[in-house]
Amino acid sequence: MPIDILDFEKPIGALLKEIDALSAQPRTRERQQAIDALERRLEATRSEIYGRLTPWQRVMVARHANRPTVLEYASRLFTEVTEISGDRRFADDHAMVTAFARYKETPVLIVGHHKGGGGDTKQKVYRNFGYAKPEGYRKALRAMKLAEKFGCPVLAFVDTPAAFPGVESEERGVAEAIAVNLREMAALDTPIIVIVHGEGGSGGALGIAVGDRILMHEFAIYSVIPPEGCAAILWRDSNRKVEAAEALKLTAPDLVRFEVIDAIVPEPPGGAHTDHDRAAALLDEPLARALAEVSAMDPAARLEARYRKFRAMGSVGIRES
Amino acid sequence: MAWFKKARKPMGSATAEKPSRVPEGLWVKCPGCAQVLYNKDLESNLHVCPKCAHHFRIGATERLRILFDEGRWTEHHTGLASTDPLHFTDTKAYRDRLRATIDATGMTDAVVVATGRLEGLDVVVAAMEYAFIGGSMGVVVGEKITRAIEIGVDRRQPVIVVSSSGGARMMEGVLSLMQMAKISAALARLDRARVPFISVLTDPTTGGVTASFAMLGDLNIAEPKALIGFAGPRVIEQTIKQKLPDGFQRSEFLLEHGMLDLIVDRREMKAVLARLLRLLGAAPAPVEPPVEMATAVEADQR
Repeated sequence: MPIDILDFEKPIGALLKEIDALSAQPRTRERQQAIDALERRLEATRSEIYGRLTPWQRVMVARHANRPTVLEYASRLFTEVTEISGDRRFADDHAMVTAFARYKETPVLIVGHHKGGGGDTKQKVYRNFGYAKPEGYRKALRAMKLAEKFGCPVLAFVDTPAAFPGVESEERGVAEAIAVNLREMAALDTPIIVIVHGEGGSGGALGIAVGDRILMHEFAIYSVIPPEGCAAILWRDSNRKVEAAEALKLTAPDLVRFEVIDAIVPEPPGGAHTDHDRAAALLDEPLARALAEVSAMDPAARLEARYRKFRAMGSVGIRES
Repeated sequence: MAWFKKARKPMGSATAEKPSRVPEGLWVKCPGCAQVLYNKDLESNLHVCPKCAHHFRIGATERLRILFDEGRWTEHHTGLASTDPLHFTDTKAYRDRLRATIDATGMTDAVVVATGRLEGLDVVVAAMEYAFIGGSMGVVVGEKITRAIEIGVDRRQPVIVVSSSGGARMMEGVLSLMQMAKISAALARLDRARVPFISVLTDPTTGGVTASFAMLGDLNIAEPKALIGFAGPRVIEQTIKQKLPDGFQRSEFLLEHGMLDLIVDRREMKAVLARLLRLLGAAPAPVEPPVEMATAVEADQR
């Protein structure tokens, strides 16, 4: 069984193994029919399992090693993708990708965390596992200011466990870097579409996630703290992560209910990691629609609407007497 | 009354390592220099050790009493309460935890928003309360601080936020996280209106509070030796697998790394704030009290 089959995906893994075994043998009509039958069962099994994922299972899917990265979406949906580098202050953070590109004729800026997914350990280390440092947030802001200056919409792809919790992060002011992004993105005079496509890890995610429309993938998560961390603090036992994941209400349907996100982006049955092409194709339509909507708005009205959107965050949880 | 009383750690805090909240006994041992201090003396010294200048943690009301002229202010937006939107339960239901904290502290949530005068200058102050679930920021804290900033925009009065918080409130999930964006958006408007915003950081200021308004002051001012950071020290130790150096994430460390403008002793704080606000263009309010002062609540009657 491939190592990237998750625990609860065992029935899927077993079918994949059978299909592999049959495919390896010489092709006959009967064998092909058997493979087709297995493929249909695979699809059905995936839909069945993914139709009733628990919150903790969604956490595992959102963190899946083969989940498409920002660059995988970029190469499928955009042309002329041209990465730019550096925060002009300290360094170039490889955990944060910034690239100009064309999306259906329109020049756009892509900003996104990159965990090094799909790559080997060396790749993951190069990307610091998607933990951006202060220079990553400053690089993102520098690029976004360019986008504003030249009238490009910003498409922000969110997928990070957290901002990097290390000594140099604190020394160089990761808190300040995130805070400034929050303030500046609230007033950035160009359309911003946010796509939470993997792990929306706390302040590290939010640092590039203020925008006019917030889309979230079906099996992505968005949370104030990782379930393990929450369990360690509140239950004093990080093994209670399953309960913590439940309690934190970090799934896409929860966040629609809390009016934190605008729309859910569907994934292929079995999750985006099973089929990157299809995952990208499924993102295309909602992304194009959101971008068309906010691009059509008068700039002042768009900024006012963005302000109102975030101004209302949390109102669902307040009672005023 | 006990001669000594051990300070209890406030719950829900990831950073409360030193028992530095003001205890209620007659005598107090200073965690800074081990000197035994008479509580009354400590109180008259604004809860700063007269010997070593250790700053004990103080509550929001005490903070307002120190900052406002004659200890008089008007409190705003007292009627806001959390509805427990997640129906969160860990080892205890959040709803019960909230009720118990409200009963114990007499507060409705972890921040007090007040207007009044500071050396004759009209100001808006939001003071956080660490004793209320570790000063954590949930939807109510986010809303109240946002409204404080909006008062500043509307009246063109400087806004001072005194932080004392472990960060976002886990029990309100991603809605807590969003308060960072909400408050920062409001600060963008205050910024554009050219009304001063001063962030006062006290022990401890960590997590999502640091990564939003606490670091966005036109001026960032800290009390001495306050713990200030994004990630908690324990999380960082787990990441780097070694012990952190002494003084890491303390005010002096942040000043050295360019994150703060000043470190100010609590006994000087009011005078320094007033001086800076005047230098930034704040003019003294007219001598006759505005209407709202007539309804001002005496601090010690609250």
